Amino acid sequence: MPRVAVAEAKPNASPAAPFIQIESLSLFYGASKALKNISVTLGEKVVTAFIGPSGCGKSTLLRCFNRMNDLIDSVRIEGAIKIGGYDIYGPDVDVIELRKRVGMVFQKSNPFPKSIYENVAYGLRLHGVKNKSELDIAVEKSLHQSALWDEVKDRLHSSALGLSGGQQQRLCIARAIAIRPEIILMDEPASALDPLATARIEELILELKKDFTIVIVTHNMQQAARISDQTAFFYLGELIEFDSTRKIFTNPAKKQTEDYVTGRFG
Amino acid sequence: MTSLTPGTKSRTRNFHSEKFDFASFFFTGLTGLATLFILGILAVILLNIIANGWKGFSWHFVSTIPKKDFFDINTTGVLPMIVGTTFRVLVMTIFVIPVGVITAIYLTEYAASNSLITRIIRAAVNNLAGVPSIVFGLFGLGFFINFVGKNLDALFHNPSAVWGQPALIWASLTLAVMTLPVVIVATEESLKAIPPGLREASLALGATKLETILKIVLPQALPGIMTGGILAVSRAAGEVAPILFTGVAYYMASLPTHLSDQFMDLGYHVFVLSTQSPNIEQTRPILYATVLVLLLLTFALNIVAIIIRSNIRRKMRSLH
Amino acid sequence: MGLDALRQKILLMASRAETAVNQSVQALVQRDYDLAVRVREDDNIIDQFEVEIDEMAIVLLTKAPLASNLRLITVAMKVSQNLERIGDEATKIAKRARDLAQEPPVKINLDVYRMASMSLAMVKDALDSFVHRDSAAARALIPRDRDVDALNKEMHQALAQHMMANPDTIARCLHWIVAAKSLERIADHAKNIAEEVVFLCEAQDIRHTAGKIAGNPAS
Repeated sequence: MPRVAVAEAKPNASPAAPFIQIESLSLFYGASKALKNISVTLGEKVVTAFIGPSGCGKSTLLRCFNRMNDLIDSVRIEGAIKIGGYDIYGPDVDVIELRKRVGMVFQKSNPFPKSIYENVAYGLRLHGVKNKSELDIAVEKSLHQSALWDEVKDRLHSSALGLSGGQQQRLCIARAIAIRPEIILMDEPASALDPLATARIEELILELKKDFTIVIVTHNMQQAARISDQTAFFYLGELIEFDSTRKIFTNPAKKQTEDYVTGRFG
Repeated sequence: MTSLTPGTKSRTRNFHSEKFDFASFFFTGLTGLATLFILGILAVILLNIIANGWKGFSWHFVSTIPKKDFFDINTTGVLPMIVGTTFRVLVMTIFVIPVGVITAIYLTEYAASNSLITRIIRAAVNNLAGVPSIVFGLFGLGFFINFVGKNLDALFHNPSAVWGQPALIWASLTLAVMTLPVVIVATEESLKAIPPGLREASLALGATKLETILKIVLPQALPGIMTGGILAVSRAAGEVAPILFTGVAYYMASLPTHLSDQFMDLGYHVFVLSTQSPNIEQTRPILYATVLVLLLLTFALNIVAIIIRSNIRRKMRSLH
Repeated sequence: MGLDALRQKILLMASRAETAVNQSVQALVQRDYDLAVRVREDDNIIDQFEVEIDEMAIVLLTKAPLASNLRLITVAMKVSQNLERIGDEATKIAKRARDLAQEPPVKINLDVYRMASMSLAMVKDALDSFVHRDSAAARALIPRDRDVDALNKEMHQALAQHMMANPDTIARCLHWIVAAKSLERIADHAKNIAEEVVFLCEAQDIRHTAGKIAGNPAS
């Protein structure tokens, strides 16, 4: 049995039901090992932050959860990721189904060059919703939930590209939550936004965690400290420490974590 | 002007430069001259054509099916040539756009960027672009007419050659093969110009690759595809060599109606007029008028396509 | 980094506070009027330090520090407050010393030396544990406060008895009672500083855990 780099959440860290279980996960780009034997369990309906210096593998790991890494030819996975108990890299897993339940918001907002309404309705239409009133209701609900409704309710059919950066990102969030995933993955969602827009996204995340499990990659430690419940610190493809956010940012157990968090490296 | 320390370049208080930038001025002038030169040549060509052709150009000219004598300025007409050229270009478009777009989609979206097959396909496309037009004509004859056509005739048990001879369809297909690289390259460029983030967003919502291509990528690439089409049309409208053996006829008494019909062509007619003419002075106005009609037809086809493209662009910018 | 400057300032303030306690006790025991006056004058320097340290801490907090940096800043603010109070208590002792020096001494055997040296030692050890980030030393310090409390009680009783027996010494005995109380408060503040040092080093808040053994770090 290979020695596993375990950093389970301490019992007093957060009473969250285990939901995403990563078991001895390694990822290879061709011959180079980008993720090294990661084992950790993330909680349900909490916000988990992945922090670490550039190139530490946090985004790579995030993209494993919805198998977006499949798009890269040279990627190979060892180990398992279980969501709700089922290994998502199992042989009979339908990636389309997986992505219905695990949504993603990207660093640079990428609304489709369509109307605001059509952007939010895109996923719904993909998965078979045709009835106009159903779509209307779902679109409105998503836009409410992503704190965008009031700003766009009078121009639902105008182009999404006319929105500001912060609004576009909230639109991308609305688009992702429209299909009611269980998990939302966010890859540095606010890094391209100004402080005010960032603050709104952070408020939004705190609201969203009532209904969704959220995993967020961020290079902004104060942001992680503000909005996450659990934090995982990665370095050079390894998971160094995983614990409640409070512990990681007030008194981390590992010196490497302490050094990173206090700005002594990275 | 003040000097900071002895030996350094002096600086001016009011930011005026002391030297005159000859290099920039010269280069700007050069590019301006080049543009004028090109426009000038274009103007000269057009004016030459119009000056020589307006005498023969009339409504009667463009609407009459001529008798076998092409050289009487009062009775001749180019209607069948207009129809023939237009039809062959349109049929070509119907074939070249789908095949070119699908090939480009394969190369851009599906093929592994560095695999052997991809490189072979790209090399083939590039080489195709360099083949001389007459070779396409011979290819059309040898493949489409003598192989495909003859076998079709056998299949349908046609008593006499229907498909196994020069025909509109074969000329159009030959032109399609010739302009394929243009469409492929234009489509590829427009596909590559679409940011990968859009594809990622679509896939992350649970779309298949095909759905992403059909719903997101292709609609955005449409203007670029149309540009490819416009380029193909412009090229093909004026080409004569590829249709020489594959479908054009010296004289047809009626307009082409079936894909198996032969047809007359404006470009070929120019060739005919200039080589078969008994009296070059008399024929000249007819000749130039034919050229003028060809140019106008090409412009017209282009403008229609450009209008469609800009409509699509406008719709993409404003809503949906 | 600003954190080093903060640390330095704390140390400067600490040495001034230590000096103030030393001098005030000396003035008390040796009936040195001039020394007592000087201690009172120097107290405003200690007060000024507290203001400066709080200002520095606020500025550093705007940089959103985390983990040990964050703990250092909050500890610095608390420690400076305790040091300022120590300075105030030293001033109170000096005031009583000044008054007592102008009167004939009271004939009573007081364990002043012992109590004063215990308080002084506690202050010195607390500050040493801060400088050396020595959590064990800080923890060891904390129970000593009870001993100082006990001594204070003894002195209080002894002085009360003396006052009842010799009413003409009441005024002077009251001065002594107040001075002893100040020494006891100084020991309290030293204990507080030690608790802050434990928090700085271990991220453990052991304040108000009287009755539990403060000797073992929690797992």
